[in-house]
Amino acid sequence: MSNTAARCDAPAAGREPTIHQRGQHEVFCGLTSIIWLHRKMQDAFFLIVGSRTCAHLMQSAAGVMIFAEPRFATAIIEERDLSGMADLHDELDAVVERLLKRRPDIKMLVLVGSCPSEVIKLDLSRAAERLNREHAPDRRVIAYSGSGIETTFTQGEDSFLATLVDECPVAEADAAPSLVVAGSLADVVEDQFSRIFQALGIENVAFLPTRRSDRLPAIGPNTRFLLAQPFLNEAAKKLERRGATHIPALFPLGEEGTTAWLKAASDAFGVDPARFEAVTAPGRERARKALESYAETLSGKRIFFFPDSQLEPALARFLSREAGMGLTEIGSPYLHRRHLAAELDLLPEDVVLSEGQDVERQIDRCHEADPDLIVCGLGLANPFEAEGYATKWSIELVFTPIQGYEQAGDLAELFARPLRRRAALKVEV
Amino acid sequence: MQLTVWTYEGPPHVGALRIAASMKGVHYVLHAPQGDTYADLLFTMIERRRTRPPVTYTTFQARDLGKDTAELFKDACREAVERFKPQAILVGASCTAELIQDDPGGLAKALGLDVPVVPLELPSYQRKENWGAAETFYRLVRGFAGGREKPARQEGAPASCNILGPTALGFRNRDDIVEVKKLLKSLGVEINVVAPLDASPLDLTRLPAADFNVVLYPEIAETAANWLKREFGQPIVRTVPIGVTATREFIREVAELAGVDPAEALATDADRLSWYARSVDSNYLTGKRVFIYGDATHALAAARIAEEELGFKVCGLGTYSFNFARDITAAARKYGVEPLISDDHLDVEEAIVEAHPELVLGTQMERNTAKRLRIPCAVISAPVHVQDFPARYAPQMGFEGANVIFDSWVHPLMMGLEEHLLGMFREDFEFHDDTGASHLAAVNAARGAGGQGAAIRAEQPAFEAAAAPEETTPDTTDSPDGAAARWTPEAEKELKKIPFFVRGKARRNTERFADETGVNVITIETLYDAKAHFAR
Ligand code: SF4
Ligand code: SF4
Repeated sequence: MSNTAARCDAPAAGREPTIHQRGQHEVFCGLTSIIWLHRKMQDAFFLIVGSRTCAHLMQSAAGVMIFAEPRFATAIIEERDLSGMADLHDELDAVVERLLKRRPDIKMLVLVGSCPSEVIKLDLSRAAERLNREHAPDRRVIAYSGSGIETTFTQGEDSFLATLVDECPVAEADAAPSLVVAGSLADVVEDQFSRIFQALGIENVAFLPTRRSDRLPAIGPNTRFLLAQPFLNEAAKKLERRGATHIPALFPLGEEGTTAWLKAASDAFGVDPARFEAVTAPGRERARKALESYAETLSGKRIFFFPDSQLEPALARFLSREAGMGLTEIGSPYLHRRHLAAELDLLPEDVVLSEGQDVERQIDRCHEADPDLIVCGLGLANPFEAEGYATKWSIELVFTPIQGYEQAGDLAELFARPLRRRAALKVEV
Repeated sequence: MQLTVWTYEGPPHVGALRIAASMKGVHYVLHAPQGDTYADLLFTMIERRRTRPPVTYTTFQARDLGKDTAELFKDACREAVERFKPQAILVGASCTAELIQDDPGGLAKALGLDVPVVPLELPSYQRKENWGAAETFYRLVRGFAGGREKPARQEGAPASCNILGPTALGFRNRDDIVEVKKLLKSLGVEINVVAPLDASPLDLTRLPAADFNVVLYPEIAETAANWLKREFGQPIVRTVPIGVTATREFIREVAELAGVDPAEALATDADRLSWYARSVDSNYLTGKRVFIYGDATHALAAARIAEEELGFKVCGLGTYSFNFARDITAAARKYGVEPLISDDHLDVEEAIVEAHPELVLGTQMERNTAKRLRIPCAVISAPVHVQDFPARYAPQMGFEGANVIFDSWVHPLMMGLEEHLLGMFREDFEFHDDTGASHLAAVNAARGAGGQGAAIRAEQPAFEAAAAPEETTPDTTDSPDGAAARWTPEAEKELKKIPFFVRGKARRNTERFADETGVNVITIETLYDAKAHFAR
């Protein structure tokens, strides 16, 4: 993790990771978040300012060739830009011009920094300001960094949301209480939660990122926020700096996590416990029921997590407590002690927690642990399968709706399927 | 700065990685940030390799900059050599590391490792993947074959050759080698070394022993082959055996160099393409307008097959291989079209729209474009996709390769024809206008389920989605873009009777004809006047 120390600003609550790793990271960079962000915010366009590598990463990682015209692209820096033969800012303006002409529907243009743009110190915030002056009010232009030297995979979303918070209007001190749910959720999950909040009587609920760039919620001292995703370190800090209050909770994975998450919000908004019971009971019941059918496949099976999305500790908590799985090592690119405090408390004592990565050593440990299921990235999955291990691609966990009561079963299914599949295949490799 | 949505080639270090992954006993230490490790999945997911590619990334971070990135690199080299015990290591920088100028070559040399170090300098901001692969292969060949003696051929021993060019992530390379070996065997030519695929550095030291070199993919192997020719006087077989004619030429060229009689090898009954192309049912292929785009090797071969072996008409020819622009330009002249030398997929799309082809032969990117335009399409070239590694044997080279090509190009045309037949029965109760072809069932289902929004959905992770049956773009050939008002309802109805894959062309031609002749309202008459006017 970049600036692990700097980010670890809260006093270590609860347990510490057992292993700190500093070696080869086999994880995507923050640019990859764009793959879901561009679908979430439907009037935004993400323009990466980077190299051919960045462009190649985007198309390879996403397998996105199916999107005829996605709402992201790369402005590839070329030799003449570096040698000073061309002025980078002029070049960028020209690219933006071309893009906006082609896509007049864009309402928010997001410039995304990459390793090359960071290393050559191309100031994209400045560029955004300049372009903003030119294109406001029709379009907003903002900038953040998704570079691999600063962000790992889901941290790209964190950087984006942190920038988005800056764009949110200011809510006055006497504004009505409001709730902001930060962290992108699938639309279907968002709608489910909206209905629950409504039934609980919590008003003024907004989700960040919003589906449209011109519907950003106002934020102020009467704003409380819930994190829907565990990787929102910078965004949470920005919200707090605006006076908003964090509602600490488990993450809404599984019946237990969802209930605790909703309960935390309900308590913060003074919802009557009886009402909470009444509103959540059907969902809890459905989630428990859905999970029952997976017990046979999952219970007693041992799982190993390679670090990818920072969702790992919360997933492990769900799998151990609601699906009866055994935990070996839980790797995460970064452990945010404060946001994860409740999660870590619920993990069994003997689990190995690792932060950061040294992929070769971790593979050695994985072999030693000899788990029944390995959660890892796309680069590692098939080689493990070839060795006879069952694997689950971690990237699927960020693309699939997994939060909330109605998805508790789907979440279990993601882990159960590789195991069932192995059992179903009778042909020897 | 270049605005890109899709790229045909990755950065040059990905080319180097393909060479490392092709070979045995080579490890690549790449100075690069963590995100660059995505390259692994090209091999493990797209090609479904069972092992990780042999590469160690330093994955330096912002906080390492200006302090110890060089140290990180040295540690990575030491650890890689210790862990993987390679016969040789390649060292180099990705685009970001190139900017911080740590000099991986110098650092690795200074470590005094007990394996040969091959430093790579691949300018990321100028060059691309194929160039990177060619340069890496050349560096390795020169490094290991350089300074050796060419052993004298034994009296009476058969002629021998090297096969150069097949790589990991190459388009159908796995099966092409089998075909080419078969051809060489039928001529009694011994195969000395195949490289880079499955070769070790030790094998490269044996390259000089061959009498000549067969270059399967000039994009990858030409630089090395030219050097071998200069150094050891090894002639180069330049014909790439894709298509029946080219395969026969290849046989003759090899026979000539080997001093053997090609008659027997040529008398094979393995070729079905040439008879199938002559059989009466192929009549409808005559003059089909085909747009071709890909790497130079495959595009050139496709153009020749299209014109000479299937009786198509090339209506567009292009490549993203800038280094081979001259060859493509010459071929384009021959077929009477403008060459398209561009790696901007938007240019290619524009050229396709412009050319009104009836078949597109291109990369996965053109497959997308063609799908949107509802033109039949076959994929002939990298960049590769998981579908380009079929489970079945599917070479492009040799006689069997030509057979495979016949099937894979003619099938999409046949599907179009079937849809046309369905269309002719559209008045039948079973075939009303909203009934999609059965192979598009998934598309219709997706439409119902919310169309594009469902492209990434539960149960359908990114990769499956990529292989899934296509996005749901509306039929652009039928979209009456404002000009519709000009069409009388009867003419519009008549237009619908024209098969969908040429309907767009018919519409445009008719409108153009109407413009040129000053006709304001398009009637059935105008439609047929235009048809007569544009008749070929
Ligand atoms: S790690 Fe850096 S250079 Fe590599 S793809 Fe990500 S942003 Fe681009
Ligand atoms: S799948 Fe059915 S409808 Fe589609 S082309 Fe083949 S036969 Fe025709």
